[in-house]
Amino acid sequence: MTLRRGWAWLWMVLGFLYFFIPLAATFIFSLHGQRGVLSFIAYRHVFADPQFLATFTFSLEMAVCTIVAGLCLIIPTVLWIHLRAPWAKPIVETFSLLPFVIPPIVLVFGLIRMYSAPPFNLVASRGLLVAGYVVLAFPYIYRSVDGGLRAIDLRGLTEAALSLGAGWGTIMFRVVLPNMRVALLSAAFLTFSIVIGELTLAVMLAWPAFGPYMALVGRDLAYEPAALAILSFLLTWGLIGLIQLASRGMAKASAIGGAH
Amino acid sequence: MAFLELNGVVKRFGRAAVVDGFSLAVEEGEFVSFLGGSGCGKTTTLRMVAGFETPTEGSIRINGAEVTGVAPNRRGVGMVFQNYALFPNMTVRRNIEFGLKVAKWRPAEIRARVAEMLELIHMEELGERYPHQMSGGQQQRASLARALAVRPRVLLLDEPLSALDAKIRERLRTEIRAIQQQTGITTIYVTHDQEEALSLSDRIVVMQAGRIEQVGTPFEIYNHPATPFVASFIGNLNLLEAEVVDAARGLLAVDGQEVRAAGPVTAGGSRVKLALRPEMLALEDGILRANTLEGTLANIIFLGSIVRLVIRVGSHELFLDRFNAPHLALPGVGSRVSVGFAREACLVSEAEAPVELVGA
Repeated sequence: MTLRRGWAWLWMVLGFLYFFIPLAATFIFSLHGQRGVLSFIAYRHVFADPQFLATFTFSLEMAVCTIVAGLCLIIPTVLWIHLRAPWAKPIVETFSLLPFVIPPIVLVFGLIRMYSAPPFNLVASRGLLVAGYVVLAFPYIYRSVDGGLRAIDLRGLTEAALSLGAGWGTIMFRVVLPNMRVALLSAAFLTFSIVIGELTLAVMLAWPAFGPYMALVGRDLAYEPAALAILSFLLTWGLIGLIQLASRGMAKASAIGGAH
Repeated sequence: MAFLELNGVVKRFGRAAVVDGFSLAVEEGEFVSFLGGSGCGKTTTLRMVAGFETPTEGSIRINGAEVTGVAPNRRGVGMVFQNYALFPNMTVRRNIEFGLKVAKWRPAEIRARVAEMLELIHMEELGERYPHQMSGGQQQRASLARALAVRPRVLLLDEPLSALDAKIRERLRTEIRAIQQQTGITTIYVTHDQEEALSLSDRIVVMQAGRIEQVGTPFEIYNHPATPFVASFIGNLNLLEAEVVDAARGLLAVDGQEVRAAGPVTAGGSRVKLALRPEMLALEDGILRANTLEGTLANIIFLGSIVRLVIRVGSHELFLDRFNAPHLALPGVGSRVSVGFAREACLVSEAEAPVELVGA
């Protein structure tokens, strides 16, 4: 018993070190911007660069669009599979693995080839970038949504709602989605972290995104990239915390609002 | 014309017919149970009435209107599920409100109706609880209130008590019947529990392998089972092999001892099956009964309110049930006893896969 517990602790400590030593090293390195003293000058430089905020906001927007588009596409699909077409499950599951097999560079060349000439001249459209991101995020969103639907008694709940006269819209928005909050959050979270740091698609489609900006800064400067890495880490976690807070607040508000 | 009609309903999954030629007419306000073992097609039939399954053949009518192809949310049929299926993100109150909001009731009407429903299920205090904060029995009552709130034309209950423990099951059973009688709603109740079916229903539909075995009142089903399946499925039954001594006078012999049935034996052949309900038998106590069988007391099983005696008669084992009493004096195990029963207690059927049971 104690031996097993000892092992558990050992692995936990090892895992912790694995994740946090690089982070701590990066952080300490980022404080060495001035010779001889520890200072936040690298951070000041980062904030002083208008490109930082511009690219981060751009990627933020793209992330939000990707989350919305991805969920709109995948939730009804998974719902349909669960309720009506269980036979389609292996097919969709195979599709969901393709983004792991096909490298982003292949994907983006495919997109450019397909959409750079009439009738689909879309390479300059943000829609194409979002579409590409949706493909990259597909496995994560699919798995989260699938897990979320599995965790609730989907058939029972939809049938109960149907027998009470509800249409599919009501069932989706008042019954199914509110009961999948955690799954949807995790889908949003994963998508967000993929899009914020994404490099290949943004570079090849020539968008001023955060990923390319980080790469650029990393090539030209020494301490600022470290500061940037720490900042983007904090920003991402901060935003995820905000999403969680907001959705919890929303759930509470709707519960109270409905209770008269 | 009946309120709910099923005409020649067939449901096939692939090539197997799960429900085969199901026809039934349910009157308005009637409480009908579908009773049978698992896989007998009772739940599938219920789901076809609800609209969750489409019949392969046949038609379903409610109040004279064809509903066979109508979507479940347009049928006005309420349903209560075995696992409650309450919406976990909503309080009891909001669960009950759900259907009313969908039907666009006015807020004041909704409030009044929800209060009425909470009172009906004696849960006035629990309106703000979430499903996970309630016991199984409370959840099922809430689910019943939710289904009734929208005033459905037919109420369907799919094994609503199976997930509950015995005490609660019994109490809720009484409550369901009371609520049904109070609201006068036409109800179909699916169960595999004969006690539930017998105690709740106006009529019982006994099903086996997708077909109806018998439709009748609990009294008819229990006392005059139409088929050996019904006889053996409902209640406990002692099945004895008997020789026909005199068919016209209803004279049989069990293990060489004479037994006289109430009427002539119509089952063909020289050997028949004699079925006796355990509660129809009594230990001989000086009161003269038409029939007696001599045997040995092999065991005594104590079942609480009932004491079951196992009596060996030749190669047969007979169960004899009698009520428990504080000063009950029973013969010792191994002693000779004689079992008495009336001529009307004899249910005689053919020895091999009989169809007709000639009862009292």
